[in-house]
Amino acid sequence: MEQKKFTLTVGPLQFNWPADAFSDFYARVADEAPVDRVVIGESVCSKRAPFYANRIPDAIERLQRGGKSVVLSSLILVTLERERRAARDLFAQAEHEVEIDDLTLMNYVKPETVFSIGPMVNVYNEATLAFLAGKGARRFCLPPELPFASVEVLAAAAAKCGAASELWAYGRIPLAISGRCYHARAHGLTKDSCQFVCARDADGLTTRTLDGVDFLAINGVQTLSHKYCNLIGDLDRLAKAGVTGLRLSPHSGDFTGVCRAFADAASGAVSPREGLLRVRRAAPEAAFSDGFLFGDFGAAPLAGA
Amino acid sequence: MSAGRTLELICPAGTPAAFRAAIDAGAHAVYCGFDDETNARNFPGLNFSRDEMAEAIKYAGRHGAKTLIAINTFPRAGASRLWSSAVDDAMRLGADAVILADLGLLDYASRRHPALRLHLSVQAAAANADAIAFYARSFGVKRVVLPRVLTVQEIAAINRDIEIETEVFIFGGLCVMAEGRCSLSSYATGKSPNMNGACSPASHVVYREEGGELVSRLGGFAIHRVAAGQAAPYPTLCKGCFQAGDYRGHVFEDPASLDAASLIPALAKAGVTALKIEGRQRSRAYTEAVVRSFRRALDAHAEGRPIPASELRDLTEGQQTTSGAYRKTWR
Amino acid sequence: MSNERTIPHFPRVGALVLRFAPLAPLSLAGASLAASLGRRHPRLFSRLGEQAGKKFLIDPIDLPFVFLLAPRTGSPGLRALRRGEAGVWDARIAGPLAAMLGMVHGVFDGDALFFSRDLIIEGDTGAVLALRNAIDNEEIDLTREAVAMLGPLESMAANPVRQLAALVGRWSGVAVTRIEREWPE
Repeated sequence: MEQKKFTLTVGPLQFNWPADAFSDFYARVADEAPVDRVVIGESVCSKRAPFYANRIPDAIERLQRGGKSVVLSSLILVTLERERRAARDLFAQAEHEVEIDDLTLMNYVKPETVFSIGPMVNVYNEATLAFLAGKGARRFCLPPELPFASVEVLAAAAAKCGAASELWAYGRIPLAISGRCYHARAHGLTKDSCQFVCARDADGLTTRTLDGVDFLAINGVQTLSHKYCNLIGDLDRLAKAGVTGLRLSPHSGDFTGVCRAFADAASGAVSPREGLLRVRRAAPEAAFSDGFLFGDFGAAPLAGA
Repeated sequence: MSAGRTLELICPAGTPAAFRAAIDAGAHAVYCGFDDETNARNFPGLNFSRDEMAEAIKYAGRHGAKTLIAINTFPRAGASRLWSSAVDDAMRLGADAVILADLGLLDYASRRHPALRLHLSVQAAAANADAIAFYARSFGVKRVVLPRVLTVQEIAAINRDIEIETEVFIFGGLCVMAEGRCSLSSYATGKSPNMNGACSPASHVVYREEGGELVSRLGGFAIHRVAAGQAAPYPTLCKGCFQAGDYRGHVFEDPASLDAASLIPALAKAGVTALKIEGRQRSRAYTEAVVRSFRRALDAHAEGRPIPASELRDLTEGQQTTSGAYRKTWR
Repeated sequence: MSNERTIPHFPRVGALVLRFAPLAPLSLAGASLAASLGRRHPRLFSRLGEQAGKKFLIDPIDLPFVFLLAPRTGSPGLRALRRGEAGVWDARIAGPLAAMLGMVHGVFDGDALFFSRDLIIEGDTGAVLALRNAIDNEEIDLTREAVAMLGPLESMAANPVRQLAALVGRWSGVAVTRIEREWPE
């Protein structure tokens, strides 16, 4: 059996879940998910953070007990003064690696800082990757819109810099970030008086075209793909290209089942086909796509599925 | 009202004819790009060959205006040469500045051409003083074009904290997403602003009459349905009509254009150096009218007269205008 | 540029008369106009790039006929046809004649005409965009182009024709000639 080894990373929870659901989720990931790294913390909207901030220390402790290395996430779009302060504070601690998802944070990096680059930083080419690696970036989760040809070049470039390369392998894909809250707008509210209506949609609110086609999903200030990225059938190609990590983005339902399917497919314990069947069982509602990597457009259905 | 600070007017040009129209209408500087995927308005029939750029720069020079060359897409992995040679050519042709977004390209330009003035494109989405400080320190960037997600108050705060110049959009098409960080277009069509310099590309647009309505689709996804006679927006994804839960309508943004003419005094007070007009993809008629109108407004502001009322509504998308993120209620 | 914009339509009586006019002379004029444009505005075609191979149906809705434009580098063609007999095209641009002339002459902005529905686009939108941009850059003056077609008689005809065009323009509100703005060379 061919040995395919990827580092599995659980990305930051993109959605606004109640504090209890947050704690339960990370407890299950800690205890049941065969993953290596877990990125934790608010990345979408700083207004959500206070609701579960006091749950994070326990979640981290449990994840570490479960043998996971914990990475602190940061906001995708930093504008407010308190958001800048919070971002700066991430670098005041040295215990955990920080994932930078907005170049704002590069301003706080010190030579001894351990950090990685998240999927929302524009790393489109070798020169940019080398520049950030030169500043100390150890790992790059590449932008989800990259085609496979670019991934091949960038995975090789990362290896040359001694850095790891990771791909968005599962979950609704973040497509855009805004100053405006679309959840609030859809409910006739504004961002400042949002009443946290985004909490009503555990996986984002599906946005349909006027032809009735499911298209996007809104998640507060963020816009996601309606389809879930799913690269479980593509692991051979990714390994050959030198990709060393896979990112699984949290969703409601049997997420640890998804993690197990990816771990088994990555190790070769199950075939890609069986892996895909298991992911389908774990997320029966989801429509899958690997269009950005292998299709003509991002929303293209899974190739060969 | 006392006389205001003189603001620089930065104007778009997609063709040499529009370039001359902008200069003649009073542009202080014109921004434009080469005719390939190195710039974020890589549309069919648009932009400048190397020779046309050389002529344009000379024309601007004779009229005391500046030429800024936008090389503001993100170089494709394995093909960076196209972008670095665009920077080299901008330097060789005598551009007054290049407008860049990509870290790798900024790094290249600052090392290879230390004398070349660098502006940070809005595509870099540097939305706060710390991000801007990083670019200024790392590459010697002299000016930042601020993303259209900030309020006037936030812009003022940024200007208090940074040492380089700021430029903000004053009129034209409005991105509602943080620019340079949006893959909506490539999700629907495979072509993205970051990689291909095209958002909601015309090649993927189809208009069809269906039952008395005009339906516009992008990459097969219906973006609008309007009744005959209603204003017809171009099917830009983020201005589309969708259904989200019980809400049916413009989920992201109404098909409106930015017109912040009335905010010129406030933006000047917020410490902004330059005001930018969007629209390199528009005709020379648009360029002429908008530049002339804003030059008149800036001159009025500089002389302490009130800003004349805007007369540009017909030129805007959906024929509606908004002051966008500059007012906090937009969010 | 005018903002309080109402696009004049071609007079109905005139359109009625034209309905019975033979199209052959018009096609002949179109062909030589296209050829002349090809000679005098080579950049028009370089700007069109691969879109030059497309066929454009120019449909002035207030006239009883349409034009089929095939820019093809080297052998551009412009034919007048009865509406409904146009055959195969890649893109259709429809609107009042005045809107189209105004756009060519830089008086109207194409996008604005489209936003207001004065202009309707069908088919290959990318090709339309390329054509619009290429024409916009050429600062074409159709009156001047028409005069240029007279060849040796050009110098004699230029002034009277331009005066006539200006007069027609003032009378009808249609931009039949480019607004003169001297470009300091």
